[in-house]
Amino acid sequence: MIAEVGRFCLILALIITSVQVVAGLWGARRQNAQLMTITTSAAVAQFIFIALAFALLVWLFVVSDFSVMVVAANSATIKPMFYKITSTWGNHEGSMLLWVLILAFFGAAIGMFGRNMPAPFKARVLGVQGLISLGFLAFIIFTSSPFARLFPVPVEGAGFNPLLQDPGLAAHPPLLYLGYVGFSTAFSFAIAALIEGRSDTVWVRYARPWIIIAWICLTIGITLGSLWAYYELGWGGWWFWDPVENASLMPWLLGTALVHSALVVERRFALVRWTILLGILTFSMSLLGTFVVRSGILTSVHAFAVDPARGAFILVLLVLATGGGLALYAIRSPVLGAGRVFSLVSREGSLVLNNILLVTVTGTVFLGTFYPLLIDLLTEDKISVGAPFYAMTFVPMAAPLLLVMVIGPMLSWRRDSGQGLLGRLAPALFVGFTVLVLVAAGTHGAKVIAALWLAMAAWIVVGSLMILVRRTRVGQVSLPESLTLLKALPPATFGLVLAHAGIGMLVAGLAGGALFKQEGVAMLGAGQSVPFIGRTLTLTGVQPGREANYEFVRGRIEIRRGAGKPGLLFPERRFYPERQSDTTEAGVRVTPLGNLYVALGDQAEDGRWTIRYYSHPLAVWIWLGGGVMALGGGVALFDRRNWLTPERQPAREVQTSGSAPA
Amino acid sequence: MTLPKPVVLLAAIAPVAVFIVLAIALAFGLSNDPAALPSVLVGKPAPTFALGPVRENDTGFSTADITGKVAVINIFGSWCSACRLEHPTLMDLAARGVKIHGIDWKDDPADGAAWLARFGDPYARVGDDQTGRLALDLGVSGAPETFIIDKTGRIRYKLVGPITPERWRDEMAPLIAQLEAGQ
Repeated sequence: MIAEVGRFCLILALIITSVQVVAGLWGARRQNAQLMTITTSAAVAQFIFIALAFALLVWLFVVSDFSVMVVAANSATIKPMFYKITSTWGNHEGSMLLWVLILAFFGAAIGMFGRNMPAPFKARVLGVQGLISLGFLAFIIFTSSPFARLFPVPVEGAGFNPLLQDPGLAAHPPLLYLGYVGFSTAFSFAIAALIEGRSDTVWVRYARPWIIIAWICLTIGITLGSLWAYYELGWGGWWFWDPVENASLMPWLLGTALVHSALVVERRFALVRWTILLGILTFSMSLLGTFVVRSGILTSVHAFAVDPARGAFILVLLVLATGGGLALYAIRSPVLGAGRVFSLVSREGSLVLNNILLVTVTGTVFLGTFYPLLIDLLTEDKISVGAPFYAMTFVPMAAPLLLVMVIGPMLSWRRDSGQGLLGRLAPALFVGFTVLVLVAAGTHGAKVIAALWLAMAAWIVVGSLMILVRRTRVGQVSLPESLTLLKALPPATFGLVLAHAGIGMLVAGLAGGALFKQEGVAMLGAGQSVPFIGRTLTLTGVQPGREANYEFVRGRIEIRRGAGKPGLLFPERRFYPERQSDTTEAGVRVTPLGNLYVALGDQAEDGRWTIRYYSHPLAVWIWLGGGVMALGGGVALFDRRNWLTPERQPAREVQTSGSAPA
Repeated sequence: MTLPKPVVLLAAIAPVAVFIVLAIALAFGLSNDPAALPSVLVGKPAPTFALGPVRENDTGFSTADITGKVAVINIFGSWCSACRLEHPTLMDLAARGVKIHGIDWKDDPADGAAWLARFGDPYARVGDDQTGRLALDLGVSGAPETFIIDKTGRIRYKLVGPITPERWRDEMAPLIAQLEAGQ
């Protein structure tokens, strides 16, 4: 009964969404106020019915109703309640329902919070948002219904991929989807702007907060995903250039470019057409990612459920959305105004460079992801492109990007003489150079590349903080005056500083973790030790045990350094009988300077255990950096300029003594 | 920036044009049989080789190890995500006593050894081909790939992509049995 109600909710949502599309697009065209009001109500109603359907699906998992196919295939009665709930979206049907739920959520949020938007524009945005919903609701109802019944009803469910039985899974996909799908707003606003032929900054102003929200969620989602991989997959890696990881990285990279180019449109009214194109492309990357994951077109460790028919359906949706959007862009964009002129050496100039580099970097990831597919088509070979490719392409192109991101915010809008730039950057240069020399000398010249990357990290962090120093005119005015200036700085400036400094932390973590990594393997019996980076690791015991849904063996490892109190780690191996498979839970000791990572391997016939141990210097900064970046986005969101109506917004910020606000 | 009109038009049309090409490629990708068989090198003699070791206290892998025998050679790398997918199948075959040799391709041998230690080692002999020289001679385009070589040292079969249990049962095992029997 509940399943049928759920199905009915989805069908109702589909009908409401059709109304939303027609009322939105037609109503805006006819300037019919009544129709335009209906659009907003429809967007909210659509969300309510999809949320209801989703809640019912969660309920079916909670009560383990195995007469419903997805529940039987992905759950089991013995599973802890927490994982019964999270397995709602740990499968194809449920995750697609979550996908449209989030899509509808953004539509409803625009409807509720976009009160200050011009009515026809808002109606068009919601109309376009509804069009996307329509496609995906149809996809769910016709090819992937989560409410399909199973007969005869099995007594017990088939369980759930053990790798996914982890708290990380609870948060990872929903956040990833909030980001991924959140970029639909960029698409809807861009398309609505194209339909209206708007060449003003209005659409960017209204779209920007939504784009930032999506970007924050995606940043957190990717960060959590890599953290999860780090401790769950048991080999100390955090990024594998897997097609599915790339599928989330590409919208992030383009979304980052979009956040920056939107800034140029908004503040300086330049890059108008380009930003619309980026809006379309960013969401297209999300769609492409969904297509890759759901079609299984590329071999990936992440492909949980694949089906070519579903792939074909999503491809059609991709063609309609992206193809349609780009075709509209081809027709309408030449009509749009070109925007204002700026000099090459200027804030705009640096942001253009930022965009070029980000798009190029996205291009390399795209190539690496789809090259195997191309080769498959042309030569019928099936290959996979691994880390060496990205080390050769992505990494060298990221370097200039990291250089520019410090210089750019130091430049003035419109035109900058470039004079005194060296002075503005001197502290960052100095610290970066010092780090370079210290690390290179400390490693006796053996780690020059690593030293360069760490210097780069220091350059970014210090350079980002220098933005605050410059904006508050430290050294030029008295300290109290600087403090007053600091208080007056808009949240966006702090957001900028945090987000950029976060990148610096990330770079430090990546460089430290990858280039100074040390590792070893030992076969240890109880009580045996092995030396590692100035410490002694001792296996003091291995205990078996049992939890509700798995059995485990837990090693106890003592870490001794000198005479002090030993540290303890408890690496685990888990066995899930329902799926007959193993997972690893590494024991990790986290310190700001580096992680000590221990994983428990197999037991040999003589009773000894394989212990693998790693040192990942600075690795924790990878995830801290991701968090700080997201925090920066969150702070920027509070900037009043994100929420003002354009009419009330001053035409140009009043410039205080030559230095522009962020 | 005022751009000349043709540039503006080109810039407007280029994205959709590129996308159409991509969409066609994706559509073909969907209809493509992901495991279609290539047959370029099949029938030709395998190159001779002598590879260094990957595992600790190991002797590596060379032509001498397989001369006069039917050999299964698997190309892998610790960086290769598809190899991870294939790996349980290899472990399963190894557990059933099938001899498979591995070539650790374009990989730091230490990483390769760590990978084997981590996920299990299905290989009888493992050789290090960090430079990719042998793989080049074998015509390897990516990992994983698997070759079956007969007693006279000729390549008799090449599989691009992961071995699946079905493929092993239906194609590879019968071929090996036939080659073992002496044609």
